[in-house]
Amino acid sequence: MDEEQLRVFVELVQQYFERQTGRPAEVGSPHLGDAAALPMYDFTGVIGISGTRQGCVYVTARREMLRALLLQIGETDVSDRNLADLAGEIANTLSGNARVHFGADFMISVPVIVQGGAHAIQVPRSVKAYIIPLRWHKQEAALVVSLQ
Amino acid sequence: MKRRLMIVDDSNIIRSMISRTLSQHDLEIVATAGNGEEAVRRFMEDQPDVVTMDLTMPRMDGIQCIRKLKAMNPRVRVLVVSALADKATAIQALKEGAQGFLCKPFSESDLSDAITELLEEDHHG
Repeated sequence: MDEEQLRVFVELVQQYFERQTGRPAEVGSPHLGDAAALPMYDFTGVIGISGTRQGCVYVTARREMLRALLLQIGETDVSDRNLADLAGEIANTLSGNARVHFGADFMISVPVIVQGGAHAIQVPRSVKAYIIPLRWHKQEAALVVSLQ
Repeated sequence: MKRRLMIVDDSNIIRSMISRTLSQHDLEIVATAGNGEEAVRRFMEDQPDVVTMDLTMPRMDGIQCIRKLKAMNPRVRVLVVSALADKATAIQALKEGAQGFLCKPFSESDLSDAITELLEEDHHG
C-alpha cells in the first residue's frame, strides 16, 4: 500500500459519514499497526479482499457510535443485530466504493461480523496493516486496511 | 394501481431504510429477501413488478439473481443498489437487464429520485 492508496480509504470514510449523516467524521493520521495489537471495539465488520489485491478491510466501532449512527439515518431499532449489521454495512460500502480506484478485480467478500472487543482479527504478519482512526459523535472507531 | 416492490439486500438496516423511503411512493412492498436464492423464491411467490437489488450477497449474488428474475419476467424493473462503485459493474448490471444503478451510501432523496426515474421510464417506455 502506498500513501496514495491509503488516502483513497481516508477520503472514502470521510465521504461515508458526510453523505450518510451530514456530519463528517474526524479522521486521525493513518499509521502502521502491530499485527498482534490491532484495534477492536464492540462491533467489527470484516471484508475479505481477493483478486489483484489480497487481504482484508475492517471497520470496528463502539456500540454508542453505531447506535447514534443508526438513529441519525432514521433507524429506531438499535438492537445488537442492527448494530452488528451496520458495522458490516460500513465495511462493505467502503470496500465496494474502493473499486472505483482499485478496479473491478478488487473482489470483496460479504461481511463477517465479530462482536466483542476481546477477539482479534488475524492478519498475516508479512502484510502491513494500516490503522485509520476515526471519531464521530464523540466516539472512537477505526478503519483497518491490510492489503498485499 | 400500486406497483409491487421486492427489496433484496443482505443488510437488515438497508432493507428497512429502502422500505421506509419507498413506502412513500406509489409502491406496495410485497416481499423482502436477504440473498439471491431467497429473492428468486419470493419472486415466484409474490410476483413483484419492481425490484431493488443489492449485488454482494451470500448464496447467490445480485448479477446472477437479475439474470434469473429477467428469465422469469423480462418486464420486471430492477434498480441496483450497491456499494460496488466501479463503472464495469454498473455496465454489467445494466447489460443483465437492470434499468437503474444507485451507489451506496445513498440518502433517502437519492433513492426517491432513482425510483421515480425508474418508474417514469417504465410509464413512458
